[in-house]
Amino acid sequence: MSVVEFAQVSHAFGEREVLRDITLRLAEHRIGIVGANGSGKSTLARMINGLVTPDVGRVTVDGLDVGRRGREVRRRVGFVFTNPDNQIVMPTVREDVAFTLRGRGLSAAEISTRTDAALDRFGLAGHAEHPSHRLSGGQKQLLALAAVLVAEPAIVVADEPTTLLDARNGRRIGALLAGLPQQVIVVTHQLELLPAFDRVIVIDEGRVAADATPAVALAAYDALLA
Amino acid sequence: MIGLYLPGRSVVHRTPTLLKLLLLAVGVSLLAFMRGPVAVAVASTLLAALFALARVPLGVAWRQVAPVLWLLIVAVPLQALFAGWPEAGLMAARLIIAVALAALFTLTTTVSSVLAACEALLRPWGRFVDADRVGLLIALVIRCVPLVTDIVKEVAEARRARGQERSLVALAVPVVVRSLYAADAIGEALTARGFDD
Repeated sequence: MSVVEFAQVSHAFGEREVLRDITLRLAEHRIGIVGANGSGKSTLARMINGLVTPDVGRVTVDGLDVGRRGREVRRRVGFVFTNPDNQIVMPTVREDVAFTLRGRGLSAAEISTRTDAALDRFGLAGHAEHPSHRLSGGQKQLLALAAVLVAEPAIVVADEPTTLLDARNGRRIGALLAGLPQQVIVVTHQLELLPAFDRVIVIDEGRVAADATPAVALAAYDALLA
Repeated sequence: MIGLYLPGRSVVHRTPTLLKLLLLAVGVSLLAFMRGPVAVAVASTLLAALFALARVPLGVAWRQVAPVLWLLIVAVPLQALFAGWPEAGLMAARLIIAVALAALFTLTTTVSSVLAACEALLRPWGRFVDADRVGLLIALVIRCVPLVTDIVKEVAEARRARGQERSLVALAVPVVVRSLYAADAIGEALTARGFDD
Protein backbone atom coordinates (compact mmCIF):
# COMPACT_ATOMS: atom_id res chain seq x y z
CA MET A 1 0.00 0.00 0.00
CA SER A 2 1.00 3.59 -0.58
CA VAL A 3 1.67 5.95 2.29
CA VAL A 4 0.13 9.41 2.59
CA GLU A 5 1.61 11.66 5.26
CA PHE A 6 0.36 14.94 6.67
CA ALA A 7 3.03 16.72 8.73
CA GLN A 8 1.68 19.54 10.94
CA VAL A 9 -0.64 20.74 8.19
CA SER A 10 -2.70 23.91 8.61
CA HIS A 11 -4.71 25.72 5.98
CA ALA A 12 -7.01 28.71 5.75
CA PHE A 13 -9.33 30.08 3.07
CA GLY A 14 -9.02 33.80 3.67
CA GLU A 15 -9.79 34.42 7.34
CA ARG A 16 -11.38 31.01 7.85
CA GLU A 17 -9.02 28.37 9.19
CA VAL A 18 -10.15 25.00 7.83
CA LEU A 19 -7.35 22.69 8.95
CA ARG A 20 -5.31 23.08 12.13
CA ASP A 21 -2.07 21.27 12.81
CA ILE A 22 -2.99 17.93 11.25
CA THR A 23 -0.45 15.13 11.49
CA LEU A 24 -1.47 11.79 10.02
CA ARG A 25 0.12 8.76 8.40
CA LEU A 26 -2.32 6.91 6.12
CA ALA A 27 -1.11 3.46 5.09
CA GLU A 28 -4.21 1.27 5.52
CA HIS A 29 -6.18 -0.21 2.62
CA ARG A 30 -9.54 1.45 3.28
CA ILE A 31 -9.76 4.69 5.20
CA GLY A 32 -12.94 6.66 5.87
CA ILE A 33 -13.05 10.35 6.75
CA VAL A 34 -16.18 11.74 8.39
CA GLY A 35 -17.19 15.07 9.82
CA ALA A 36 -19.86 17.72 9.73
CA ASN A 37 -20.25 20.08 6.76
CA GLY A 38 -17.45 22.65 6.82
CA SER A 39 -15.31 20.58 9.19
CA GLY A 40 -12.37 20.55 6.75
CA LYS A 41 -12.58 16.93 5.59
CA SER A 42 -12.91 17.77 1.87
CA THR A 43 -9.91 20.11 2.05
CA LEU A 44 -7.97 17.29 3.71
CA ALA A 45 -8.93 14.90 0.86
CA ARG A 46 -8.08 17.49 -1.83
CA MET A 47 -4.61 17.88 -0.38
CA ILE A 48 -3.82 14.22 -1.12
CA ASN A 49 -4.22 14.94 -4.84
CA GLY A 50 -2.51 18.32 -4.63
CA LEU A 51 -5.70 20.20 -5.53
CA VAL A 52 -5.09 22.25 -2.39
CA THR A 53 -1.58 22.82 -1.07
CA PRO A 54 -1.22 23.52 2.65
CA ASP A 55 -0.34 27.00 3.94
CA VAL A 56 1.70 25.40 6.69
CA GLY A 57 3.22 21.92 6.90
CA ARG A 58 3.74 19.27 4.29
CA VAL A 59 1.71 16.55 2.57
CA THR A 60 3.52 13.69 0.85
CA VAL A 61 2.38 10.67 -1.14
CA ASP A 62 4.96 7.89 -1.12
CA GLY A 63 7.53 10.51 -0.20
CA LEU A 64 6.53 12.90 -3.03
CA ASP A 65 5.63 16.41 -1.88
CA VAL A 66 2.21 17.23 -3.34
CA GLY A 67 3.08 20.91 -3.66
CA ARG A 68 6.36 20.46 -5.51
CA ARG A 69 5.67 17.28 -7.46
CA GLY A 70 1.94 17.61 -8.04
CA ARG A 71 1.99 16.12 -11.52
CA GLU A 72 3.68 12.92 -10.36
CA VAL A 73 1.38 12.73 -7.34
CA ARG A 74 -1.73 13.07 -9.51
CA ARG A 75 -0.58 10.11 -11.62
CA ARG A 76 -0.62 8.04 -8.42
CA VAL A 77 -3.76 9.48 -6.88
CA GLY A 78 -7.12 9.28 -8.64
CA PHE A 79 -9.81 11.66 -7.38
CA VAL A 80 -13.57 11.10 -7.54
CA PHE A 81 -15.68 14.23 -7.00
CA THR A 82 -19.13 14.56 -5.46
CA ASN A 83 -20.73 15.78 -8.67
CA PRO A 84 -19.73 13.60 -11.64
CA ASP A 85 -21.04 16.24 -14.05
CA ASN A 86 -18.04 18.36 -13.21
CA GLN A 87 -15.69 15.49 -13.89
CA ILE A 88 -17.03 14.43 -17.28
CA VAL A 89 -15.28 16.16 -20.15
CA MET A 90 -16.00 14.25 -23.34
CA PRO A 91 -19.37 13.89 -25.10
CA THR A 92 -19.56 10.08 -25.16
CA VAL A 93 -18.94 7.55 -22.40
CA ARG A 94 -16.09 5.75 -24.21
CA GLU A 95 -14.38 9.02 -25.13
CA ASP A 96 -14.51 10.26 -21.56
CA VAL A 97 -12.84 7.15 -20.17
CA ALA A 98 -10.24 7.24 -22.95
CA PHE A 99 -9.63 10.94 -22.28
CA THR A 100 -7.83 10.09 -19.01
CA LEU A 101 -5.21 8.18 -20.97
CA ARG A 102 -4.36 11.09 -23.29
CA GLY A 103 -0.78 12.29 -23.14
CA ARG A 104 0.48 9.19 -21.34
CA GLY A 105 2.45 7.86 -24.29
CA LEU A 106 0.08 4.93 -24.90
CA SER A 107 -0.75 3.60 -28.38
CA ALA A 108 -4.29 3.98 -29.73
CA ALA A 109 -4.73 0.17 -29.48
CA GLU A 110 -3.68 0.13 -25.84
CA ILE A 111 -5.97 3.07 -25.00
CA SER A 112 -8.84 1.24 -26.70
CA THR A 113 -8.15 -2.05 -24.85
CA ARG A 114 -7.88 -0.37 -21.45
CA THR A 115 -10.97 1.74 -22.10
CA ASP A 116 -13.03 -1.31 -23.09
CA ALA A 117 -11.84 -3.19 -19.99
CA ALA A 118 -12.81 -0.27 -17.72
CA LEU A 119 -16.24 0.05 -19.36
CA ASP A 120 -16.82 -3.69 -18.94
CA ARG A 121 -15.75 -3.62 -15.30
CA PHE A 122 -18.23 -0.88 -14.43
CA GLY A 123 -21.11 -2.23 -16.49
CA LEU A 124 -20.93 0.65 -18.96
CA ALA A 125 -20.03 -1.32 -22.09
CA GLY A 126 -23.61 -1.10 -23.33
CA HIS A 127 -23.49 2.70 -22.99
CA ALA A 128 -20.06 3.18 -24.56
CA GLU A 129 -21.29 5.31 -27.45
CA HIS A 130 -24.05 7.10 -25.50
CA PRO A 131 -23.82 10.81 -24.69
CA SER A 132 -22.25 10.99 -21.23
CA HIS A 133 -24.45 13.88 -20.08
CA ARG A 134 -27.59 11.81 -20.68
CA LEU A 135 -26.64 9.01 -18.25
CA SER A 136 -28.47 8.65 -14.94
CA GLY A 137 -26.81 10.00 -11.78
CA GLY A 138 -25.60 6.53 -10.76
CA GLN A 139 -24.24 5.79 -14.22
CA LYS A 140 -22.45 9.15 -14.29
CA GLN A 141 -20.72 8.36 -11.01
CA LEU A 142 -19.78 4.93 -12.39
CA LEU A 143 -18.36 6.70 -15.45
CA ALA A 144 -16.40 9.09 -13.21
CA LEU A 145 -15.03 6.10 -11.32
CA ALA A 146 -14.16 4.23 -14.55
CA ALA A 147 -12.43 7.36 -15.89
CA VAL A 148 -10.31 7.53 -12.75
CA LEU A 149 -9.51 3.81 -12.49
CA VAL A 150 -8.61 3.35 -16.17
CA ALA A 151 -5.34 5.10 -15.31
CA GLU A 152 -4.69 2.46 -12.60
CA PRO A 153 -3.83 4.88 -9.77
CA ALA A 154 -2.23 3.52 -6.60
CA ILE A 155 -4.63 5.52 -4.41
CA VAL A 156 -8.27 6.47 -4.99
CA VAL A 157 -9.59 9.46 -3.05
CA ALA A 158 -13.35 10.03 -3.20
CA ASP A 159 -14.99 13.16 -1.85
CA GLU A 160 -18.59 12.34 -0.89
CA PRO A 161 -19.09 10.22 -4.01
CA THR A 162 -22.56 9.05 -2.98
CA THR A 163 -24.07 12.32 -1.75
CA LEU A 164 -26.02 13.01 -4.97
CA LEU A 165 -27.13 9.40 -5.47
CA ASP A 166 -30.19 7.46 -4.36
CA ALA A 167 -29.74 4.80 -1.66
CA ARG A 168 -29.36 1.93 -4.13
CA ASN A 169 -26.76 3.66 -6.30
CA GLY A 170 -25.06 5.00 -3.20
CA ARG A 171 -24.64 1.47 -1.86
CA ARG A 172 -23.43 0.26 -5.26
CA ILE A 173 -20.76 2.94 -5.57
CA GLY A 174 -19.80 2.46 -1.91
CA ALA A 175 -19.39 -1.30 -2.38
CA LEU A 176 -17.35 -0.75 -5.56
CA LEU A 177 -15.01 1.64 -3.78
CA ALA A 178 -14.67 -0.65 -0.76
CA GLY A 179 -13.84 -3.59 -3.03
CA LEU A 180 -11.03 -1.88 -4.93
CA PRO A 181 -7.57 -3.41 -4.58
CA GLN A 182 -6.06 0.09 -4.40
CA GLN A 183 -5.73 2.13 -1.26
CA VAL A 184 -9.07 3.91 -0.92
CA ILE A 185 -9.69 7.10 1.06
CA VAL A 186 -13.36 8.06 1.17
CA VAL A 187 -14.88 11.22 2.60
CA THR A 188 -18.48 10.33 3.32
CA HIS A 189 -21.68 10.94 5.25
CA GLN A 190 -22.81 7.41 4.39
CA LEU A 191 -21.77 5.87 7.69
CA GLU A 192 -23.07 2.37 6.91
CA LEU A 193 -20.23 2.08 4.39
CA LEU A 194 -17.56 2.41 7.05
CA PRO A 195 -17.72 -0.70 9.31
CA ALA A 196 -15.93 -2.67 6.56
CA PHE A 197 -13.09 -0.12 6.51
CA ASP A 198 -9.75 -0.47 8.28
CA ARG A 199 -9.65 2.99 9.81
CA VAL A 200 -11.96 5.96 10.27
CA ILE A 201 -10.85 9.52 10.96
CA VAL A 202 -13.29 12.05 12.41
CA ILE A 203 -12.59 15.68 11.57
CA ASP A 204 -14.15 18.44 13.64
CA GLU A 205 -13.46 22.15 13.17
CA GLY A 206 -10.26 21.44 11.26
CA ARG A 207 -8.78 19.03 13.81
CA VAL A 208 -8.65 15.26 14.14
CA ALA A 209 -11.31 14.51 16.75
CA ALA A 210 -10.97 10.72 16.53
CA ASP A 211 -8.77 8.31 14.63
CA ALA A 212 -9.41 4.64 15.28
CA THR A 213 -11.15 1.50 14.11
CA PRO A 214 -14.60 2.17 12.58
CA ALA A 215 -16.51 1.10 15.70
CA VAL A 216 -14.52 3.33 18.04
CA ALA A 217 -14.31 6.30 15.67
CA LEU A 218 -18.02 6.20 14.78
CA ALA A 219 -18.96 6.06 18.47
CA ALA A 220 -16.80 9.15 19.00
CA TYR A 221 -18.48 10.84 16.03
CA ASP A 222 -21.90 10.01 17.49
CA ALA A 223 -20.87 11.53 20.81
CA LEU A 224 -19.63 14.63 18.98
CA LEU A 225 -22.96 15.07 17.21
CA ALA A 226 -25.01 14.56 20.39
CA MET B 1 -21.28 17.05 -32.08
CA ILE B 2 -23.08 17.09 -28.73
CA GLY B 3 -24.45 13.61 -28.68
CA LEU B 4 -25.06 13.58 -32.43
CA TYR B 5 -22.65 10.76 -33.15
CA LEU B 6 -24.42 7.70 -34.50
CA PRO B 7 -22.33 4.59 -33.80
CA GLY B 8 -21.70 2.39 -36.81
CA ARG B 9 -19.13 0.50 -38.84
CA SER B 10 -20.03 1.69 -42.35
CA VAL B 11 -17.47 2.82 -44.92
CA VAL B 12 -18.38 6.42 -44.10
CA HIS B 13 -17.75 5.79 -40.38
CA ARG B 14 -14.43 4.12 -41.10
CA THR B 15 -13.12 6.75 -43.53
CA PRO B 16 -10.21 8.62 -41.88
CA THR B 17 -11.38 11.86 -40.29
CA LEU B 18 -8.90 14.09 -42.12
CA LEU B 19 -10.04 12.64 -45.46
CA LYS B 20 -13.68 13.18 -44.47
CA LEU B 21 -12.91 16.78 -43.51
CA LEU B 22 -11.16 17.32 -46.86
CA LEU B 23 -14.04 15.75 -48.80
CA LEU B 24 -16.51 17.87 -46.83
CA ALA B 25 -14.58 21.04 -47.70
CA VAL B 26 -14.35 20.06 -51.37
CA GLY B 27 -18.02 19.03 -51.49
CA VAL B 28 -19.26 22.27 -49.93
CA SER B 29 -16.99 24.33 -52.24
CA LEU B 30 -18.31 22.50 -55.29
CA LEU B 31 -21.85 23.45 -54.28
CA ALA B 32 -20.97 27.06 -55.12
CA PHE B 33 -20.57 25.98 -58.77
CA MET B 34 -23.82 24.00 -58.85
CA ARG B 35 -26.19 25.39 -61.46
CA GLY B 36 -29.53 24.19 -62.77
CA PRO B 37 -31.97 21.49 -61.67
CA VAL B 38 -29.90 18.62 -63.11
CA ALA B 39 -26.90 19.50 -60.95
CA VAL B 40 -29.17 19.78 -57.90
CA ALA B 41 -30.68 16.37 -58.69
CA VAL B 42 -27.23 14.78 -59.07
CA ALA B 43 -25.96 16.34 -55.83
CA SER B 44 -29.10 15.29 -53.94
CA THR B 45 -28.83 11.72 -55.23
CA LEU B 46 -25.18 11.54 -54.20
CA LEU B 47 -26.08 12.90 -50.78
CA ALA B 48 -28.90 10.37 -50.34
CA ALA B 49 -26.50 7.59 -51.36
CA LEU B 50 -23.97 8.72 -48.76
CA PHE B 51 -26.63 8.79 -46.02
CA ALA B 52 -27.78 5.30 -47.09
CA LEU B 53 -24.17 4.07 -47.13
CA ALA B 54 -23.71 5.40 -43.59
CA ARG B 55 -27.01 3.71 -42.59
CA VAL B 56 -28.42 6.90 -41.12
CA PRO B 57 -32.15 6.45 -40.33
CA LEU B 58 -34.44 8.79 -42.24
CA GLY B 59 -35.76 10.42 -39.04
CA VAL B 60 -32.24 11.21 -37.83
CA ALA B 61 -31.30 12.68 -41.23
CA TRP B 62 -34.44 14.81 -41.22
CA ARG B 63 -33.69 16.17 -37.74
CA GLN B 64 -30.32 17.47 -38.98
CA VAL B 65 -31.82 19.40 -41.88
CA ALA B 66 -35.14 20.54 -40.38
CA PRO B 67 -33.76 23.51 -38.39
CA VAL B 68 -32.42 25.06 -41.62
CA LEU B 69 -35.92 25.17 -43.05
CA TRP B 70 -36.87 27.86 -40.52
CA LEU B 71 -34.07 30.00 -41.86
CA LEU B 72 -35.14 29.33 -45.43
CA ILE B 73 -38.71 30.44 -44.74
CA VAL B 74 -37.26 33.94 -44.37
CA ALA B 75 -34.25 33.74 -46.68
CA VAL B 76 -35.89 32.24 -49.80
CA PRO B 77 -38.57 34.95 -50.33
CA LEU B 78 -35.94 37.63 -49.72
CA GLN B 79 -33.58 36.08 -52.27
CA ALA B 80 -36.49 35.67 -54.72
CA LEU B 81 -37.28 39.36 -54.33
CA PHE B 82 -33.78 40.41 -55.36
CA ALA B 83 -32.63 37.59 -57.70
CA GLY B 84 -35.77 35.70 -58.77
CA TRP B 85 -37.27 32.37 -57.75
CA PRO B 86 -34.84 30.05 -59.66
CA GLU B 87 -31.84 31.63 -57.90
CA ALA B 88 -33.66 31.47 -54.53
CA GLY B 89 -34.42 27.79 -55.06
CA LEU B 90 -30.79 27.11 -55.96
CA MET B 91 -29.61 28.94 -52.81
CA ALA B 92 -31.98 26.84 -50.69
CA ALA B 93 -30.76 23.60 -52.30
CA ARG B 94 -27.11 24.58 -51.75
CA LEU B 95 -27.73 25.39 -48.09
CA ILE B 96 -29.70 22.19 -47.38
CA ILE B 97 -27.10 19.99 -49.09
CA ALA B 98 -24.20 21.74 -47.31
CA VAL B 99 -25.87 21.35 -43.89
CA ALA B 100 -26.71 17.71 -44.64
CA LEU B 101 -23.09 17.02 -45.65
CA ALA B 102 -21.81 18.63 -42.43
CA ALA B 103 -24.38 16.65 -40.43
CA LEU B 104 -23.23 13.43 -42.10
CA PHE B 105 -19.71 14.24 -40.94
CA THR B 106 -20.79 14.77 -37.31
CA LEU B 107 -23.09 11.74 -37.36
CA THR B 108 -20.27 9.44 -38.42
CA THR B 109 -17.28 10.95 -36.59
CA THR B 110 -16.57 10.88 -32.86
CA VAL B 111 -15.40 14.03 -31.13
CA SER B 112 -12.12 12.30 -30.21
CA SER B 113 -11.45 11.64 -33.91
CA VAL B 114 -12.16 15.29 -34.70
CA LEU B 115 -9.82 16.36 -31.91
CA ALA B 116 -7.12 13.97 -33.13
CA ALA B 117 -7.55 15.37 -36.65
CA CYS B 118 -7.34 18.97 -35.37
CA GLU B 119 -4.23 18.11 -33.41
CA ALA B 120 -2.68 16.42 -36.46
CA LEU B 121 -3.44 19.51 -38.57
CA LEU B 122 -1.95 21.84 -35.95
CA ARG B 123 1.14 19.76 -35.16
CA PRO B 124 3.29 21.23 -37.98
CA TRP B 125 2.74 24.63 -36.33
CA GLY B 126 3.77 23.22 -32.95
CA ARG B 127 6.23 26.08 -32.41
CA PHE B 128 3.38 28.58 -32.42
CA VAL B 129 0.32 26.57 -31.32
CA ASP B 130 -0.04 23.91 -28.61
CA ALA B 131 -2.10 21.32 -30.53
CA ASP B 132 -3.04 19.31 -27.41
CA ARG B 133 -4.25 22.43 -25.65
CA VAL B 134 -6.38 23.47 -28.65
CA GLY B 135 -7.84 19.92 -28.77
CA LEU B 136 -8.70 20.09 -25.07
CA LEU B 137 -10.22 23.53 -25.56
CA ILE B 138 -12.50 22.25 -28.33
CA ALA B 139 -13.53 19.26 -26.18
CA LEU B 140 -14.39 21.57 -23.29
CA VAL B 141 -16.43 23.93 -25.46
CA ILE B 142 -18.43 20.96 -26.75
CA ARG B 143 -18.86 19.59 -23.21
CA CYS B 144 -20.02 22.92 -21.81
CA VAL B 145 -23.03 23.26 -24.13
CA PRO B 146 -25.15 20.52 -22.46
CA LEU B 147 -23.80 21.54 -19.05
CA VAL B 148 -24.96 25.16 -19.42
CA THR B 149 -28.23 23.98 -21.02
CA ASP B 150 -28.92 21.89 -17.90
CA ILE B 151 -28.09 24.83 -15.64
CA VAL B 152 -30.49 27.10 -17.57
CA LYS B 153 -33.25 24.43 -17.38
CA GLU B 154 -32.81 23.95 -13.62
CA VAL B 155 -32.68 27.68 -12.90
CA ALA B 156 -35.74 28.33 -15.09
CA GLU B 157 -37.61 25.61 -13.18
CA ALA B 158 -36.57 27.08 -9.82
CA ARG B 159 -37.63 30.54 -11.05
CA ARG B 160 -41.06 29.16 -11.98
CA ALA B 161 -41.37 27.38 -8.62
CA ARG B 162 -40.77 30.72 -6.86
CA GLY B 163 -43.29 32.52 -9.04
CA GLN B 164 -40.69 34.70 -10.78
CA GLU B 165 -41.33 33.58 -14.38
CA ARG B 166 -40.92 37.08 -15.76
CA SER B 167 -37.80 38.08 -13.86
CA LEU B 168 -34.73 38.20 -16.09
CA VAL B 169 -32.51 38.77 -13.05
CA ALA B 170 -33.84 35.58 -11.42
CA LEU B 171 -32.65 33.70 -14.51
CA ALA B 172 -29.43 35.49 -15.49
CA VAL B 173 -27.77 35.84 -12.09
CA PRO B 174 -28.02 32.20 -10.96
CA VAL B 175 -27.09 30.95 -14.46
CA VAL B 176 -23.93 33.11 -14.54
CA VAL B 177 -22.99 32.26 -10.94
CA ARG B 178 -23.59 28.52 -11.39
CA SER B 179 -21.76 28.49 -14.73
CA LEU B 180 -18.73 30.12 -13.11
CA TYR B 181 -18.82 27.59 -10.25
CA ALA B 182 -19.13 24.77 -12.80
CA ALA B 183 -16.17 26.16 -14.77
CA ASP B 184 -14.14 26.26 -11.57
CA ALA B 185 -15.13 22.69 -10.70
CA ILE B 186 -14.28 21.41 -14.20
CA GLY B 187 -10.90 23.11 -13.96
CA GLU B 188 -10.30 21.35 -10.65
CA ALA B 189 -11.42 18.01 -12.12
CA LEU B 190 -9.08 18.47 -15.08
CA THR B 191 -6.23 19.12 -12.67
CA ALA B 192 -7.18 15.97 -10.74
CA ARG B 193 -7.12 14.02 -14.00
CA GLY B 194 -3.58 15.19 -14.70
CA PHE B 195 -4.26 18.00 -17.18
CA ASP B 196 -2.75 20.68 -15.02
CA ASP B 197 0.03 22.22 -17.09
